[in-house]
Amino acid sequence: MKFLVCISQAPDTTSRIAFTNGDSEFDSNGVQYIVNPYDEWYALVRAIELKEANGGSVTTITVGDANCDPIIRKALAIGADDAFRIDAKPTDALQVARLIADHAEKNGYDVVLCGKETIDHNGAIVPAMIAEMLDCGFVANATHLEVTGTTAKLKREAAGGEETIELECPFVLSAAKGMAEQRIPNMRGIMSARTKPLQVEQAEAPAQTRVQRFALPPEKGACHMIDAENAAELVRLLREEAKVI
Amino acid sequence: MPQNLFVYSEKKPKSFSMSVLTLVSTKNGQPTKGGLEAASYGVALSKQLNSEAVAVVSGDLQDGSSLGDTGIGRILKFPSPLTDSGQWAKLAEHAAKLVGATAVVTSHDHFGKAIAPRVAVRLGAGMVSGVTQLPQENAVEKNVFSGKASAQVEVTAPIAVYSVTPNAFGVRSEGGTAQIETIEVEVGQAKEHITSFEPASADGQVPLPEAELVVSAGRGLKGPENWGIVEELARALGATTACSRPVSDIGWRPHHEHVGQTGITIRPNLYIAAGISGAIQHLAGVNQSKTIVVINTDPEAPFFKAADYGIVGDAFEVLPKLTAAVKALD
Ligand SMILES: Cc1cc2nc3c(=O)[nH]c(=O)nc-3n(C[C@H](O)[C@H](O)[C@H](O)COP(=O)(O)OP(=O)(O)OC[C@H]3O[C@@H](n4cnc5c(N)ncnc54)[C@H](O)[C@@H]3O)c2cc1C
Repeated sequence: MKFLVCISQAPDTTSRIAFTNGDSEFDSNGVQYIVNPYDEWYALVRAIELKEANGGSVTTITVGDANCDPIIRKALAIGADDAFRIDAKPTDALQVARLIADHAEKNGYDVVLCGKETIDHNGAIVPAMIAEMLDCGFVANATHLEVTGTTAKLKREAAGGEETIELECPFVLSAAKGMAEQRIPNMRGIMSARTKPLQVEQAEAPAQTRVQRFALPPEKGACHMIDAENAAELVRLLREEAKVI
Repeated sequence: MPQNLFVYSEKKPKSFSMSVLTLVSTKNGQPTKGGLEAASYGVALSKQLNSEAVAVVSGDLQDGSSLGDTGIGRILKFPSPLTDSGQWAKLAEHAAKLVGATAVVTSHDHFGKAIAPRVAVRLGAGMVSGVTQLPQENAVEKNVFSGKASAQVEVTAPIAVYSVTPNAFGVRSEGGTAQIETIEVEVGQAKEHITSFEPASADGQVPLPEAELVVSAGRGLKGPENWGIVEELARALGATTACSRPVSDIGWRPHHEHVGQTGITIRPNLYIAAGISGAIQHLAGVNQSKTIVVINTDPEAPFFKAADYGIVGDAFEVLPKLTAAVKALD
């Protein structure tokens, strides 16, 4: 079974969020980049677990410049076998999906796994676009994945509960919490990651959207403190002042 | 891309020159709340663009009155129920071309996340997900960095696909009625087969992403056996329960209650947080809430900086008092 895991870099969750260039770009000055948590904790680890159980290979793919190489090495240290980097500046979901789908079409994979969204753009668009481009089935926000032969059984968060879905390989999924547990790479993994193949390919694809500018939310006013003995006052304020209950 | 064969069951519906098409999900024969919010957005957008507001639904829809009430004038209904995202995308593409849609709208939930990007590919459209407001001056606003910032995004393609953040736009009543027409198109075989459904909560709570009122608790509650006081306040308010990440990681609460940067992002009208410190990753998922109440024994807890109302106190004493005060309201 051949697994392809889409890995994106994302600013560390504690990063200061600021913008430059007339607020049109994220200010990466001093920002530490990590593997997008959904890609790493759930999609990548589950693919590695299934490979360990049933054999096969786990390949990662990243659209981005050479600054992404450290997070790709981390994915290799966790247990991926090899990696591809499409050397392009990601600007839009359609462009990223096209570059990944073209690679997947050429190389043929049984399962393509993505995280449910990146924690910077919060798009949740790329996974289903890849599925459409490859003309295959798709499950969003999957919390569970089992593969038997060429049949997969998945669970996903759906309105008010959890659905079980069956589909045939090849297919695409986006992974959410529950699919696997975070893995910390060990020393052997880190050492071997240095020599695992990371192939860089040149490709281009058009974008259909553009961020004009970013903005930070307005500062919150001071918090209205209420005495612990006077909980009823809070309830009154929620009804009469905030008008939310 | 394969060409579709269109087969019309009735006389060909009249084609308008321009429209906004909303893809509406249904459950048990009715539009979902997310579907009605998307329809309200679609109607408002159609007014802005001076075009017709059309909805497309699968055959599961039994009653179009709530959709008509949002101001949708015309519902295109596929004859049989559809759940497969690839089939839905083919239906939506056909409907969009039929009515000359310049914008396609849907909900940013498990339905929209599976279908809208596929529709964007089929239409060669530019997609913006999780929009919170109508487009203005060629750009539409969405939240980025898990609510720590917003972005104005421009669609550079002739057709735009928007998915609407739950609880951001609301369901609006325009008091209209909708005409239902049958739409037929060859959608191919389903690839995704739903074999079972397990409800998350037996007590009929509104699902977290749609909830308007949320009561959430963290490690300060000290153990799963203490959640009764959280659930009682939630029940009194008609709210949905949520929790911080460590609480779901150690199994005190189910995963689907985990809110924050790596859990669910929510924007309820009221978010009550008890025994949660307010770490940056937690705030990222909840700071879009309209009103935030924080209850914490530590006056220095960072969460107070993001709160509208705060109580420095023990959750074990404050929560039951709040429950009693809420019950005394009506
Ligand atoms: C990459 C990454 C992603 C993360 N994503 C998330 C996420 O999505 N969501 C999330 O929640 N966290 C996330 N975290 C974890 C986050 O950093 C915090 O560790 C977590 O939110 C803390 O949970 P807590 O507030 O329940 O617990 P604590 O930080 O232990 O806080 C408990 C609070 O309870 C108060 N307290 C104690 N007793 C009482 C009492 N009797 N009454 C009232 N108050 C009391 C304490 O004063 C304290 O403020 C993430 C971390 C990382 C590194």
